[in-house]
Amino acid sequence: MKETLVKVTINGKEVAKEIESRWLLSDFLRDNLGLTGTHVGCEHGVCGACTVLINGEPVRSCLMLAVQADGCQVETVESLARADGSFNHIQQAFANNHALQCGFCTPGFLMSLKSFMENNPTLPTDEEIREAISGNLCRCTGYSNIIKAVKEAYALNC
Amino acid sequence: MKPPKFSYLRPNDLAEALDLLAEYGEDAKIMSGGQSLIPLLNMRLSTPRYIIDIGRVKELHGIKEEEDAIVIGGMTRHVDVEKSELIKEKCPLLTEGIRWVGHTQIRSRGTIGGSIAHADPSAELPCILTALRGEIVVASKEDEFTLTPEEFFLSYLLTSLEPDQLIKGIRFPKLNKNSGYAFEEVARRHGDFALVEVAAVINLDKDGKVAEAQIALGGANAVPFVPLETEEFLIGKEPNETILKEAATLQLEDLDPEGDIHGSKEYRRYLTGVLLQRALHTAVKRAREGVVV
Ligand SMILES: Cc1cc2nc3c(=O)[nH]c(=O)nc-3n(C[C@H](O)[C@H](O)[C@H](O)COP(=O)(O)OP(=O)(O)OC[C@H]3O[C@@H](n4cnc5c(N)ncnc54)[C@H](O)[C@@H]3O)c2cc1C
Ligand code: FES
Ligand code: FES
Repeated sequence: MKETLVKVTINGKEVAKEIESRWLLSDFLRDNLGLTGTHVGCEHGVCGACTVLINGEPVRSCLMLAVQADGCQVETVESLARADGSFNHIQQAFANNHALQCGFCTPGFLMSLKSFMENNPTLPTDEEIREAISGNLCRCTGYSNIIKAVKEAYALNC
Repeated sequence: MKPPKFSYLRPNDLAEALDLLAEYGEDAKIMSGGQSLIPLLNMRLSTPRYIIDIGRVKELHGIKEEEDAIVIGGMTRHVDVEKSELIKEKCPLLTEGIRWVGHTQIRSRGTIGGSIAHADPSAELPCILTALRGEIVVASKEDEFTLTPEEFFLSYLLTSLEPDQLIKGIRFPKLNKNSGYAFEEVARRHGDFALVEVAAVINLDKDGKVAEAQIALGGANAVPFVPLETEEFLIGKEPNETILKEAATLQLEDLDPEGDIHGSKEYRRYLTGVLLQRALHTAVKRAREGVVV
């Protein structure tokens, strides 16, 4: 099968590779680039664990071919921590509020929330936070602590 | 759960896309946002030899205003429609309904053309387009023409589109003066496909009587259903709550929803009546206020 060249900027670094066009972006990130922070749960768009940012917008990486990301800026959970390795405000708020248990869903929540917080700079209502995380499923923590964490993330970001 | 092998074709303009469709259409699948097609590939429910990715076909992107309609390019994403001030002002039913399509992460890739072509009877856009009596602009190498929703949607996930054709754009008629609109839906969770949904537009004459009624019911039948008798019943009447209630249940027997674990046939019929009454109420209220919010 003919390979296709993809050139993408991933977490600020340019990457150019010839790959099979059937590769999903999620598999390209994990298996080809070793960025295993992006998790794959359902591989049909339902769970949100694989959420990454494409040109700043949240996208399911299991519902995008890697070749479709050609020319795009991709951000994964690996881009969140600060340069010294410490957590950013959303990660810290998750840790402080017990907003994760097994952590499988967490990368997806963090990436969805990064985009949401950038687009909604002032503290949203509980209802709006619920709506913002409605595309991400968590099977162990429950959502109350995640909502608490989002509110603290706003406070930490001031 | 990985896509099967296929050859990937990525045209840069419309002429190239239509050439590829004319040559490979029978064995190819068009890919726009991929939000319905990639799950089908991942589950190997679809195994096309060719994927024609129309993402870079610039003629298919964008939102244009014409005299009586808003024309949206097939490749325009849900999120761009959701955020469009022009659409909010001229075609607010679309703004209200599109928020029900999946989640933010789906709307950032999913497209208007893809939603219409996929023809899911529970999807929001086919229902809205049917209520508005809009049109689908179809292009092939040979010609370009428009189809009504009635001509386009044949059955569950089935349309009259031929293998060498694509959806170039969709025409959504603008909301008239003295008209009100409403979209109502019940889904198990927000972001899921609808159990049932209703889109309605009501136009009032200067005496406050119904001059025109346009309704579509989604999720109940294999294609969006237009309750013609209900529309006719409303015309010329003063739309008070008694009349709206009567109208809302007039044609429930014509609905044939599939019952499943999430709701029986009877429940879905009943629910459609409840949502239709609510939608009519809101549409009339908005028409009276003359508000286009
Ligand atoms: C978790 C999840 C939840 C969802 N929830 C909803 C929901 O609540 N409501 C809803 O309406 N949708 C929902 N969707 C589906 C989503 O809206 C899809 O984006 C949409 O149905 C298809 O659009 P697409 O651009 O992704 O098309 P694709 O997946 O690329 O294509 C879908 C089909 O249309 C054909 N096609 C695409 N573009 C064209 C064109 N221009 N001309 C001719 N044929 C074309 C393709 O060949 C394919 O057969 C959901 C999807 C997911 C994964
Ligand atoms: S793995 Fe992508 S949404 Fe579940
Ligand atoms: S923390 Fe385990 S699934 Fe969310």
